[in-house]
Amino acid sequence: MKNCEYQQIDPRALSTPTATPTSTLPCAGKNPQRLRRKWEVFPGRNRFYCDGRIIVAQQSGVLPLTLGLILVTSGLFFVFDCPFLVAHLTVCIPVIAGVLFVFVVISLLRTSFTDPGILPRALPDEAADIEKQIDNSGSSTYRPPPRTKEILINNQVVKLKYCFTCKMFRPPRTSHCGLCDNCVERFDHHCPWVGNCVGKRNYRFFYTFIVSLSFLTSFIFGCVITHLTLRSQSGDGLIQALQDSPASVVELVVCFFSIWSILGLSGFHTYLVASNLTTNEDIKGSWSSKRRTEELGNPYSYNNIFTNCCVVLCGPMPPSLIDRRGFVPPEDTSQTVTSEMELPPFMSKNDTNMCTQGTKELLESVAHSSLLRSPCNPGTPKTAPASQESWLSTVSGAPTPSPGSPPSGCSGRQARRPIDNPCPQKAGRRAVLHASRPAFHLPSPPYSLTHNPLIFSDAPNVGFIPLA
Amino acid sequence: MAETHSLQDLRQQATIASKVFIQRDYSSGTICKFQTKFPAELETRIDKQQFEETIQTLNNLYAEAEKLGGKSYLEGCLACLTAYTIFLCMETHYEKVLKKIAKYIQEQNEKVYAPLGLLLTDPIERGLRVVEITIFEDRSLGSR
Repeated sequence: MKNCEYQQIDPRALSTPTATPTSTLPCAGKNPQRLRRKWEVFPGRNRFYCDGRIIVAQQSGVLPLTLGLILVTSGLFFVFDCPFLVAHLTVCIPVIAGVLFVFVVISLLRTSFTDPGILPRALPDEAADIEKQIDNSGSSTYRPPPRTKEILINNQVVKLKYCFTCKMFRPPRTSHCGLCDNCVERFDHHCPWVGNCVGKRNYRFFYTFIVSLSFLTSFIFGCVITHLTLRSQSGDGLIQALQDSPASVVELVVCFFSIWSILGLSGFHTYLVASNLTTNEDIKGSWSSKRRTEELGNPYSYNNIFTNCCVVLCGPMPPSLIDRRGFVPPEDTSQTVTSEMELPPFMSKNDTNMCTQGTKELLESVAHSSLLRSPCNPGTPKTAPASQESWLSTVSGAPTPSPGSPPSGCSGRQARRPIDNPCPQKAGRRAVLHASRPAFHLPSPPYSLTHNPLIFSDAPNVGFIPLA
Repeated sequence: MAETHSLQDLRQQATIASKVFIQRDYSSGTICKFQTKFPAELETRIDKQQFEETIQTLNNLYAEAEKLGGKSYLEGCLACLTAYTIFLCMETHYEKVLKKIAKYIQEQNEKVYAPLGLLLTDPIERGLRVVEITIFEDRSLGSR
């Protein structure tokens, strides 16, 4: 082949996303420049499957565990408890359990695999236009203070923050998730149990998931108790019943621990849905009257529980804005704003070590910052110092975002639950995840710190005049 | 031929002088709505009335997509009852309106904006953040 005389070309490189354009393939007749799909050049930290149809966060968290627990518990129920119950009671029991199980699994998968409402990053032209409009008095070597813009929503002042990573002013209710490195619309929280952010587009799936899971665990729990009761009555007592049906014991234990947290979580999210709030807003106390002198409430609420519920759960389904399966226009491949250029070499996005490295540094940073102030979260095991002091000074308030809450005794407020339990489905496993749970407020590896002011920007308004 | 291929040709042949970005208007909340303020850069190119009409029509279309009413609730409830599997086979109301919007923008480009050396970009391609208007240098098209 003629092209071997020019340079040794790795055939695999021709089909990988980082394939170089045709200029390096002078005689390559068989592989013209392949049009890449947008998911292949997506700058955020997500993984894609099925050619862009499925999107998950980079770290799948404990999604396999969640799924495994649900499948195993339900499987044991169907195999070991249902035959007895069908014989002694009614055939409806496995039918109901089956319907609930299907609901749970489908809504879990939809929550995990759906784009939560990621906002695509601003293209260079757009970013430049915004920069022009901001009064930028700092020099290029000094990072300017976080930029904010004030707008009026329903006659209430709302501050929009500038996202340095995505190079745009975040729309209201949008927040930047540090783990996924994306701005997500109507950001609720990043849930490690489902391995994805929960935002505008998948909140209803998430809510369906936790509600149906509450019903399923309660149902299984009740059925197992009934089964054991019936067995012990007709047999030789409770101990014998337990020995005859050991699977029931497993189910009992799992369900018992799950019910507390899941029912609590469902109740909390029902409250959020009814008041049209997000977990993020509730934790930060954005609309609570404590932080404000005037009695201004949530500007997004319709002040009617039924309307709020309908809007949040049954409202129109917005489209995905990131167009994962669209093709990247050939001449626009250099236009996408990515943070690749600013990445230190060891932090390249495709580095498989980044996952563990990032998580480790994150855990260390969280551990250190949680030592700086007395946290609400039960202590994290590590005490290694964070890698960047400057980050610590800005993040000192971050893991406990609502400044008004006391450092201890936070169990009083119901709203505190999300800090400890954004998705605490299995209470016994909480300790492992405490370090990573507040992570949804924190930026991930240090390189991105300069780009994520997030909730750190309590700095005064730079005096930017809104465009309107 | 210049008319039918004008949009593609515009992108490839004419020189881009500048771009104007119409930002979102959040005064009514998080619904998709763009500011109707007439940008200064377009003063010499297009009639203010025409521009405002385009943006207002776009705003109305987006409002229709996000309208809360019996139909959208029905769709939502049906989806919930089928464990959201219905979205796999059915196009949502929002998507249908987005197609309408895309057609409207293409039509506006062909009839109004391309002859004036302007090009509207569908906001969905910019994540519904901005309406990007590309201003091309004022020269005859199709000369290359």
